[in-house]
Amino acid sequence: MEYLSTIFQEVYRILFLLVPVLVSVAMIVWLDRRVWAFVQKRQGPNVVGPFGLLQSLADALKYIFKEIIIPASSNKVIFVLAPIITMTLALIAWAVIPFGENQVLANINVGILYIFAVSSLGVYGIIMGGWASNSKYPFLGAIRSAAQMVSYEVSIGIIIINVLLCVGSLNLSDIVLAQQEMWFVIPLFPMFVIFFISSLAETNRPPFDLPEAEAELVAGYQTEYSGMMYAMFWLGEYANILLMCALGSILFLGGWLSPIDLYPFNLVPGAAWLIFKILFLFILFALVKATVPRYRYDQLMRLGWKIFLPLSLIYVVLTASYLFYFNLLPTT
Amino acid sequence: MKINRFIKTVLMVDFVSGLLIAIKELFKSKKTINYPFEKGKISPRFRGEHALRRYANGEERCIACKLCEAVCPAQAITIESSQRSDGSRKTTRYDIDMMKCIYCGLCEESCPVDAIVQGPNFEFSTETREELYYTKEKLLDNGDRWENILAANIKSDNPYR
Repeated sequence: MEYLSTIFQEVYRILFLLVPVLVSVAMIVWLDRRVWAFVQKRQGPNVVGPFGLLQSLADALKYIFKEIIIPASSNKVIFVLAPIITMTLALIAWAVIPFGENQVLANINVGILYIFAVSSLGVYGIIMGGWASNSKYPFLGAIRSAAQMVSYEVSIGIIIINVLLCVGSLNLSDIVLAQQEMWFVIPLFPMFVIFFISSLAETNRPPFDLPEAEAELVAGYQTEYSGMMYAMFWLGEYANILLMCALGSILFLGGWLSPIDLYPFNLVPGAAWLIFKILFLFILFALVKATVPRYRYDQLMRLGWKIFLPLSLIYVVLTASYLFYFNLLPTT
Repeated sequence: MKINRFIKTVLMVDFVSGLLIAIKELFKSKKTINYPFEKGKISPRFRGEHALRRYANGEERCIACKLCEAVCPAQAITIESSQRSDGSRKTTRYDIDMMKCIYCGLCEESCPVDAIVQGPNFEFSTETREELYYTKEKLLDNGDRWENILAANIKSDNPYR
């Protein structure tokens, strides 16, 4: 009996996290389209609900009622599994994101490693979808996506090492609490910029949306997908984008901490600050999408391996020597 | 020169200035309209759905001269005529195949009595092909419905003809 109640309690806690995440994913899709439209002086989706806020729900309804087509020559099990894996991996990473002190689903000591592992696994969903489709464009898109995500994961990993050097802990809550005096965006500003650009590449956002470059690859690894399976890829993609925004705000922008520790700012709950920071980063994502043209594939690889990797390595050495010389290394 | 270029690249000057332009455009007024709820302005010369007009006393204007049928480059118009009991020549059939029509406006130009005109209505899509074979009744009905606007359009365009 006690066992059951524990299960119910856990399920309740998970739902309490997952439902807001899924709803905000739907809202963020609307925000993305709206910002993109506004930059191009269009109206954007504004018919369904107030300001078109319910557009994503209408889209979801449409996807649910569409037919799911499974190509005859595809590997059916893997074909069906791929979007499920993409979406699951995008959602389980949210378990360790802290929304405030002790407001976290799983306060594990290797939180950042966990997120890193899960986001590395995310490439499997894409490559499985591309391979199982048994068609040219999805396969090429999946290969591109895999190469791109692997390349940029390396530099993201080294950027995270920078932050960890300053914190001395892999726990995400500890990382946030270490920023009480100064957000890491100030001493590590170049790393923040590189992290932002790398996370654009990591989540296949423009200008690095080569896996789905419609001019050459139709829709990349999603080409053969339809109906709810396509929608799951799409949800997973946006959940990943939100996750990278959350990670960026936790690592560099002080997570749930308020920018100034003074009276009127103290009253705002920590979760609201985190959401505000995630939104800020997401609007930057959307603006970048509206501003820059797509990279060429060799430029993308050059940027990842020849510029970002050495730069972040140099910065690791700089940070480490600075901390060591001034005896500021965290002691735990 | 090369050093300048290098500094520009490192500081991402081009990218940031592009981003600033994007942010500036974000707050400018929109160039598009909410189409089904608000519509753009239409010129009096707009060549939309066809209509056959009548005189103020209710008599049809068309005298079955068949100039429009002859001039129509898509051969979308079919006219048959006969003499009426009062001696005037009138159409017995006036069909326009709206799918053949290329909306060039030559029928309107050629008409000596301003009978066939193209009105401002452009939202006459249908679900079946048959509904787009316009007959005389449909065209006269259109003329009755849009008469006020049609007359005003012809009058305002008159000085330029």
